Amino acid sequence: MSETAVKARVATAWLDGCSGCHMSLLDIDEALAALAGRISLVFGPLVDAQEFPEQVDVTLVEGAVSSQDDVRLLQTIRQRTKLLIALGDCAVTGNVPSMRNGIPVKRLLESIYIQGVTTAPGVPKIGVPSLLKHASPLHESVRVDLHVPGCPPKAEAIAFVLKELLDGRKPDLAGQVKFG
Amino acid sequence: MANMISLRIDGELVRVEEGHTIFQAAEAFGKPIPGLCQMKGLSPVGACRLCVVELAGVNRLLPSCTTPAQEGMSVTTQSARLRSYRRMIVELLLAERNHICAVCVSNNHCELQALAQKLGVTHVRYTYAYRSFPVDTTHPRFVLDHNRCILCTRCVRVCAEMEGAHVWDVAGRGVGSRLVSELNRSWGQSSSCTSCGKCVQVCPTGALAEKGCAVEEMIKRGQSISRLAESRGGVL
Repeated sequence: MSETAVKARVATAWLDGCSGCHMSLLDIDEALAALAGRISLVFGPLVDAQEFPEQVDVTLVEGAVSSQDDVRLLQTIRQRTKLLIALGDCAVTGNVPSMRNGIPVKRLLESIYIQGVTTAPGVPKIGVPSLLKHASPLHESVRVDLHVPGCPPKAEAIAFVLKELLDGRKPDLAGQVKFG
Repeated sequence: MANMISLRIDGELVRVEEGHTIFQAAEAFGKPIPGLCQMKGLSPVGACRLCVVELAGVNRLLPSCTTPAQEGMSVTTQSARLRSYRRMIVELLLAERNHICAVCVSNNHCELQALAQKLGVTHVRYTYAYRSFPVDTTHPRFVLDHNRCILCTRCVRVCAEMEGAHVWDVAGRGVGSRLVSELNRSWGQSSSCTSCGKCVQVCPTGALAEKGCAVEEMIKRGQSISRLAESRGGVL
């Protein structure tokens, strides 16, 4: 068996979030080097793959579910991933993206793209996905296997989660992590 | 001297003065019970239900902050069942309004956030309500963000019982309940508010805060309110 065959297939995804959770993932510093030999990063903003691949072991999803594209990608991820992890407060609670939830989408878009806009006012429609009524946590759309809250989650928490999973244990984060 | 009574707390036999609540007795013997509405120096109301305990021979759970300790009682303050209910309560509080910790003045200094962590809440199993709530910025020094209010009524009690102004009350019913100043006037228009800020200091979340605080900057001094109550001789 080649070495790559035994590597865990790990993906990341970026829905409605600020990418801070991906930053925190990179902030695990030297732990990344230790992980690099044990995982194969198969999808996400950090790699070039365009299609979400089949048979992924672990996917870390950052961001709330905010648009139709988010729903589609999340459903694909769920179908093709053994263990889906909600990474960070947006994925876990809705967080900052959910602050728009009290405002009807039409009014929200008009207030941003039309009111007070002098250059080409108009809501963009081409090439952008339709917004859902609410930005919501992942587990309101699909089954989530592990929640890692935090804005962003601490790098140590992410490193702990990945290491535990690679060692074949389900990480117990109770009391170790917090919202915000 | 007050009569002493004996009871068991988590199996340990303890003696306390008659008139103490179970909450106070447990705290005195190093077995603190979680609570968000209870505050030393203020009258107990049993609003948050986080301090529920099991009592031998009683089927239902009882709020320890409003239940007097009685001779011969056997109280359990920590169990899987209690932990499960306490988690549920915290999750319901988080789902009911918009507690977005990341952008809160009280982030990292919030009793609700800390309790969620302590109870091992990593996500909320209930569907978020996503209701919009107003923010009252009319007071010159303070701000009231209804999004973060858990209706513990500490502010209502500290204002009525310690400051003697009784600016705050709760209006409405059920999920429509909300904090009001005077007879539902804006806080800035309230003529009875003395701007003492006691309500801000006792608020367990970021619902009441000083103006001008950025994220994480609002550190409450609730203990000074308890000490003040103690110095006035009003605390058991």
